[in-house]
Amino acid sequence: MSTATPLPAEHDRASGDNYLTYTRGLRSWIFSLDHKRIGVMYLIAIMASLALGGIFALLIRTELAAPGETIMGRNFYNQMFTLHGAVMIFLFIIPGIPAALGNFVLPIMLGAKDVAFPRLNLASLWLYVIGAAFFLLTLATGGLDTGWTFYTPYSTETNTRVISAATGAFVLGFSSIFTGINFVATIHTMRPPGMTWFRMPLFLWSLYATAVIQVLATPVLGITLLLLGAERLLGLGIFDPKLGGDPILFQHFFWFYSHPAVYIMILPAMGIISELISVFSRKHIFGYRFIAYSSLAIALLGFLVWGHHMFTSGQSKLASMIFSALTFSVSIPSAIKVFNWLATMYKGSIQLRTPMLYALSFIFLFGIGGLTGLFLGALATDVHLTDTYFVVAHFHYVMFGGTLIAFLGGLHYWWPKMFGRMYSEASAQVACLLVFVGFNLTFFPQFILGTRGMPRRYFDYQGLLGEHPEFTGYNLMSSLGSYLLGAGMTLILVYLLHSLWRGRPAPANPWGGATLEWQCSSPPPHDNFATPPVVGDPYDFSRLEYDAAQQAYVSTEGLEGKKLGTRG
Amino acid sequence: MTHSLAANMMLAGSLLAETDGGFWLPPARSTTAGAVDQLFYFILGVSAFFFALIVVLMVLFVVLYRRRPGDPAGEAPSHSTALEVFWTVIPLVIVIYIFYEGFVGYMAMRHVPRNAYDILVRAQKWKWIFSYENGHEDSDLHVPVNEAVRLTMTSEDVIHSLFIPTFRLKMDVVPGRYTTTWFRAVRPGTYDLYCAEYCGTGHSDMLAKVVVHEPGQFAKWLQEEGDLLKKLPPAEAGQRLVALRCASCHTIDGNPGIGPTLKGIWGQTHQFSNASPTVVDENYVRESILEPAAKVRQGYTGVMPTFKGILSDQQITAVIEYIKTLK
Ligand code: HEC
Ligand SMILES: [Cu+2]
Ligand SMILES: [Cu+2]
Repeated sequence: MSTATPLPAEHDRASGDNYLTYTRGLRSWIFSLDHKRIGVMYLIAIMASLALGGIFALLIRTELAAPGETIMGRNFYNQMFTLHGAVMIFLFIIPGIPAALGNFVLPIMLGAKDVAFPRLNLASLWLYVIGAAFFLLTLATGGLDTGWTFYTPYSTETNTRVISAATGAFVLGFSSIFTGINFVATIHTMRPPGMTWFRMPLFLWSLYATAVIQVLATPVLGITLLLLGAERLLGLGIFDPKLGGDPILFQHFFWFYSHPAVYIMILPAMGIISELISVFSRKHIFGYRFIAYSSLAIALLGFLVWGHHMFTSGQSKLASMIFSALTFSVSIPSAIKVFNWLATMYKGSIQLRTPMLYALSFIFLFGIGGLTGLFLGALATDVHLTDTYFVVAHFHYVMFGGTLIAFLGGLHYWWPKMFGRMYSEASAQVACLLVFVGFNLTFFPQFILGTRGMPRRYFDYQGLLGEHPEFTGYNLMSSLGSYLLGAGMTLILVYLLHSLWRGRPAPANPWGGATLEWQCSSPPPHDNFATPPVVGDPYDFSRLEYDAAQQAYVSTEGLEGKKLGTRG
Repeated sequence: MTHSLAANMMLAGSLLAETDGGFWLPPARSTTAGAVDQLFYFILGVSAFFFALIVVLMVLFVVLYRRRPGDPAGEAPSHSTALEVFWTVIPLVIVIYIFYEGFVGYMAMRHVPRNAYDILVRAQKWKWIFSYENGHEDSDLHVPVNEAVRLTMTSEDVIHSLFIPTFRLKMDVVPGRYTTTWFRAVRPGTYDLYCAEYCGTGHSDMLAKVVVHEPGQFAKWLQEEGDLLKKLPPAEAGQRLVALRCASCHTIDGNPGIGPTLKGIWGQTHQFSNASPTVVDENYVRESILEPAAKVRQGYTGVMPTFKGILSDQQITAVIEYIKTLK
């Protein structure tokens, strides 16, 4: 029997009222205004997208496993890498953490009942589904072969389905904007008493910074895609030199959105890592304000560096110089975060549960991803490396090694909260190891391929073997790694689904988190909190104690006063 | 003052130029490549150091501070301005240095020396055409050793990018405008040239060679090539033209490529998706070359570019003569 008291809100679980069982039926889900249900539906949708994008990736790696044509022709290959990129970027990475995990967690972490505009939130989900439907339509009606970057004039000339894909991306842009508006408004207006800006968990700071970028940058993508559509459909000369347009202008527009979008992808990931490192080290996050401000700094500086994608485009030397300098300035806040995480672990009480394993993997992989960015930020080395596999490896270390790994960490961290079930820790650790090893085996050889000169988006490397016979081996290694990675990802899906039916019921606070979501029951009640939560320092773990009987952390506060509240 | 600086830079560059590239990079064979490699290995060193530092600390902390039952976290400050300023300033100084070196190396690549030898480059799906002063055109890039060569480049369709790994050189080739780049090759030999900007179906086939001639040999080669086409019988001239202009899409061995093979088509009757059946004769081939979209062969897509204004009548005749010989 426990001597400590569960917090008041935990009673809701006993009464059987949680957001999953609150109402029943399909309609109660697809028209739900509850941020938690919308988050869960988003989660299902983006996991499906992740699976689709992953299948494309495995097909690509299979084609490249050996020189020459392996399983598909040139044109099909070009469609595969295009769709892999488009699906992963627009349907998975951009909405992944904010719209799925953020939607679920943000209001609870903040101590609010819901987001500021629940209807807008639902609209965001439905726009996402419509956008995804356009992508599927593209796939079904002839595909797309422009690369996810839609570079002109290729995209004005190709006879694949640019319009439907661009429409999809356009609609998804609005979905993203709606989420951003909602998060900004929620954080500004719905903080309960006591939740000051500097008591907000860092995950919320990162979602806030992300939302600002989503709102400010995404419209530029919308305009760019509209112009592209106008050029294709109406023959307006904007980007195509045959019509009097300028193809480089498209690249400026495109990267003006797509570079900040990189921070839409990585900032929330960093936010998750800040939470995980602190909770599983059971120590106050080091340099809270530095981390919070560095999120904002990254968000703002991120708007000024788009030209670093164009050092070889023929843009002026002066422009290249400025963009290179600014690019390096963004690298500093990221470096600060890594050091802060390490300092948080120093003298902590570190527990290697699955979410923490992902956090450590993140530091390892994002470390490589970030450091290899130095080679690309520097002008002279970028000229050699850009458009080679080095870039492919670099952004996979950042996007997969960073964002996806953090997403998995966050998913494993909040899974018990979302569904009220614990997954198998042993399977989860095995899967994490598979993913880590598979990932490195897939992408590290690509650095070597790139520095030695293999260009990206190549269907075949037969013609390169004369100068580089070693390309065969590195490509094979990468392909084998991708299968291992695929196996790891599949395993994750299996045990997570299994846990929904067979998992041990989750306690309110299985990890010892001090942020507010761990104060309400797992899964949370429809209204999140039966009584207003007690807002304290989100990284003060001294009030929590492990209770072996419940296999959970319980608050040591109110021992005297509220003893009656003990359950059972 | 600045001039001598530039001269010094170049001297230093050429001294460094010839390296084997080490594990990571291909051999360096241009005057600007050495500086790139130096910077590359410098950044690699810095990265390896910081990465090792991060991982060692991480592992060390996990081992030292592993959670043990009943053992609470130790006391350590959750904030230290001095420490945070320290680890902001150190990386800052390092990246400023990296930026500077990158900038200097880049300026050397972009600043074309006066009196550079000019070669015109045209990129077309999916081949390279290099034009020389005497009108000769070649599908490979031939250059003299130890001489600055300026490439003035444009594309006839979409964006391509000229990439010579051994020279550490890459520059996009854009339709509707000229981009320029230059290099000075330091050792005779044959090196790979790739297209690095995605350009569609044949992107990975858009390969060529850079042939760096021995001292004095380049002029001789150019003269011979220039005269050759005029002296050759039409069918042989046609053979060279097809190899240069058409081989990226048409084979001459009977296998279909992006377009149908040219072998054995003479005199056949072909079916089209947008026109009535036609016999392959002089007029048909001429039309195929000048207005490829007029008749699109069944089972193929109409991606063939027009050669109007690119091939002269005399050259088209040569191509026709050559196709006749492909039985
Ligand atoms: C970008 C690829 C490409 C290039 C370069 C190209 N062609 Fe074609 N060509 C095609 C395709 C595809 C077809 C089939 C579709 C059509 O009939 O337009 C074709 C068709 C033809 C045909 C008709 C063949 C038949 O079987 O009826 C002829 C003749 C021809 N090309 C000649 C040439 C010549 C000569 C050149 C070089 C001067 C050339 N092509 C360059 C792609 C190309
Ligand atoms: Cu960028
Ligand atoms: Cu290309």
